[in-house]
Amino acid sequence: MSDPMEEIRASYFVECEELLESLQDGLQQMDDGHDDSETINVVFRAVHSIKGGAGAFGLDDLVKFAHRFETAMDEVRAGRFVPDSAAIKLFFQCADILADLVRAARDDAVIPESITNPVLDTLDEMVGTSEEVEEEIEFAPMVLNLDLGGGGASGLPDLPGLPALSGLPDLPGLPDLPGLPDLPGLPELDSALPLPPASPAGQTDNSGNQLNHFRILFSPENSLYSSGNEPLYLLRALRDLGEIKVRCDTSTLPGLGDLNPENGYLSWIIELSTEENQTTVREVFEFVDGLCDLDIATADDTALIAENAVAPQPELTVTAEPDTSAARLPDLVPEIADILPDVTPEPEVAPALDKEPEPMDTSTAEYDAQSAAGAQSSAKATPTQPRATVRVDLERIDRLVNLVGELVINQAMLSQSVAETSLPQNSPVQTGLEEFLQLTRDIQESVMMIRAQPIKSLFQRMSRIVRESSAMLGKDVRLFTDGENTEVDKTVIERLADPLTHMIRNAVDHGLESTADRIATGKEPVGHVTLTANHRSGRIVIDVTDDGAGINREKVRQIAINKELIAADAQLSDTDIDNLLFLPGFSTADKVSNLSGRGVGMDVVKSAILGLGGRISISSVEGKGTTFSISLPLTLAVLDGMVVQVAGETLVVPLNAIIETLTLTEDDLRALGPQTHVVQIRGGFDPLLDLGAELGYRAPKDSYIGDIVLLIGQEDGKRAALVVDAIEDQRQVVIKGLEASYGRVAGIAAATILGDGQIALILDPVDLVSEATGRTRVPPKHLSIAG
Amino acid sequence: MTDNTKKSDTATELLSFLVGGQDYSVDIMSVREIRGSAKATSLPHAPPFVRGVINLRGTVLPLIDLAARLGLETGQDTDRNVIIVVDLGERTVGLMVDAVSDILAIPEEDMQAPPDMAADETHNFVSALTIVDGRMIRILDLNAIMPDQNEEAA
Repeated sequence: MSDPMEEIRASYFVECEELLESLQDGLQQMDDGHDDSETINVVFRAVHSIKGGAGAFGLDDLVKFAHRFETAMDEVRAGRFVPDSAAIKLFFQCADILADLVRAARDDAVIPESITNPVLDTLDEMVGTSEEVEEEIEFAPMVLNLDLGGGGASGLPDLPGLPALSGLPDLPGLPDLPGLPDLPGLPELDSALPLPPASPAGQTDNSGNQLNHFRILFSPENSLYSSGNEPLYLLRALRDLGEIKVRCDTSTLPGLGDLNPENGYLSWIIELSTEENQTTVREVFEFVDGLCDLDIATADDTALIAENAVAPQPELTVTAEPDTSAARLPDLVPEIADILPDVTPEPEVAPALDKEPEPMDTSTAEYDAQSAAGAQSSAKATPTQPRATVRVDLERIDRLVNLVGELVINQAMLSQSVAETSLPQNSPVQTGLEEFLQLTRDIQESVMMIRAQPIKSLFQRMSRIVRESSAMLGKDVRLFTDGENTEVDKTVIERLADPLTHMIRNAVDHGLESTADRIATGKEPVGHVTLTANHRSGRIVIDVTDDGAGINREKVRQIAINKELIAADAQLSDTDIDNLLFLPGFSTADKVSNLSGRGVGMDVVKSAILGLGGRISISSVEGKGTTFSISLPLTLAVLDGMVVQVAGETLVVPLNAIIETLTLTEDDLRALGPQTHVVQIRGGFDPLLDLGAELGYRAPKDSYIGDIVLLIGQEDGKRAALVVDAIEDQRQVVIKGLEASYGRVAGIAAATILGDGQIALILDPVDLVSEATGRTRVPPKHLSIAG
Repeated sequence: MTDNTKKSDTATELLSFLVGGQDYSVDIMSVREIRGSAKATSLPHAPPFVRGVINLRGTVLPLIDLAARLGLETGQDTDRNVIIVVDLGERTVGLMVDAVSDILAIPEEDMQAPPDMAADETHNFVSALTIVDGRMIRILDLNAIMPDQNEEAA
């Protein structure tokens, strides 16, 4: 396959992801009780667009599934089927399968029909659509009925094939349309319409927007073309205003022999539904004022509806480029086929013919002969103006992030050398440097923002996990999400997916009681799992909360004793017991379920979160539920740190871990054992750790009096005092991973490059402290964390 | 040695250097650059032959004291120490050596497998031997130099 095709394919799949997201959104809204037509339309359009693209790439499985799903959604949209919650659940399931199919198509994988078919059958059964009918429609020829200008078909004597075409016998929704006895001829309609009143008649559509309907007659004069204007652009401009239906009146088109290529023969009848007022509409034609016959009228409701009903028949739907249509209709309209190639080179008429497909193509492409109504509103898809975004290769952003990282290092180097020249404090160099510093920070933040994206996509995946796992366990569970627009670094989102999936499954499986138990304890039978994200002091905090039974601490304790994870007589606080859940090999489920409880659980979650520089904690109230709280750094690229000296080495301690710094006096220090000390700070005793000794840089000192300590706080409220030799600076540092080049080092989070070009290690205080306390429990050899 | 099939009829180019007073060499294709010594930031809990990490234009580069790794006598550090930056698969490391000697082109047939003998530590790191001007040159197996993840994590 050629490259450009690959590219288009790739961008189709990217679009699919977006469409699937809006599909999820829409279904969620429907589930929440918003069943307005706009929401249903969003869902319909998402499925429809996926199908459309899939058809173009020959992804038959996807087309087949999407088609039947779409059919069902169409029933909903048409109001013939009102979905209840069970139906919406099924729709969700369909959306999930659709997502799987899209991904399978992308990866050239195949999803067996045994998975898709049962769901589809249920769907058909529920909605009451039968496959056969739809299938037939599916393969109905693309609509190619040329416009006859309303009732003016006879005006085109040299298009002999047309009457037959307009019959389109195999459109079930349409058969009686051509026969409409009171099909209003165009002229009558026009005269029946009121001329532009001062204030356009407004009406409210389903979505609640005030819509004005206009009927515009636009007949360019020859001078319009000769002055270089292009009706296509005008039509496009109109399309941007709102929903548009364009008919081209070709009735004045003479036979080929009489055709003067310098003249324009076409005029357009445009129906526009827009929120704009008439002045705005008129402004579109500002530049061709006097070069055309223009009549803008407010279409009144009834006329519009009448038009709509008739729409498929008289609507001009010349499909593609002129030559394509010529190729498709060789025997039907031989004359046109002859005309078009001839005419194309001519500047005046050619653009006029050329443009026809343009405003129409959306409606044509969307028009898949489902029903008149279907075609009608799918054309609506056009004017929704998306927020301007750019798709950028992640690699490019990463390169930029790296470069900015270098810039920060460079800036630090520069500051350092300027500081060494001992310039006066207020010299222009110093002020300039400060501004430079500010700018670098700004640039860095902006670059980080590029990488950041809403956590929503992750939450949507989780809602699927909840649906699937609750279905599997036969529990009735609802997922509530909050803060899904919280922005987090893309890498964090990606690496959070697995641990979060596990936590959600845990919440559904272990956290929530069975429905019977819930009823027995007087709770609402539907279990609630809540997923929230928010920013808290430079970190993102994600909470997974269930309203289940809470942690049965006695049971947890018993299991831990049985598995010899703790001593039988160990004195443990509630928090200690909760934290037992994070021990490797711990599993509380009485029976191993399919979902979780295979013994690899929360410990894996915990190490994944730690790997992201995050922390995880539990709070649980018996009978009320459990909350798992993950706190993560916003970005994995920079951090604010305190630069300290220990045993001749420079280290960086993350600033957010430091509660305070102090100099030890004799009174602060208490010996606990021969080698161990505690520090008495504000009434509390905290273990004293010599950083130099912990990292193996030097032997423990005899006395720490007069030394500087950093008081380190952990998420769970535990504290420790780290002895350092000197505090040098406080600055933002760029994180350089050690894992890729060397491997994981206990107590060290990463490395960074200082202003003098030297590498400094970034401490992971919590890891260090737990390492150290772990070591005291198991004296001879400390346990390794990394695998 | 690494893959030589493509150039079996041509000679392999080797970069030879001195470590602990002995002649060693590596395939020049795996050498990225040679640079002067730099002060390494030591890593806690690292094996003795890992000097630490150095900054190679913004990349964190582990520095290996090759003499210590090979179990040779380590001379004292001087400014004349040289760091050879080599690619080991997806990782890049710096090897600290005494001095770089020469670039040699050795035909395939002049390279011998090291004889089987009671393996001391060094033996594992030598993939082939060759003689140049009466000096025996050991060709290093670079993949054996860097300990695998599990070994060093403990």
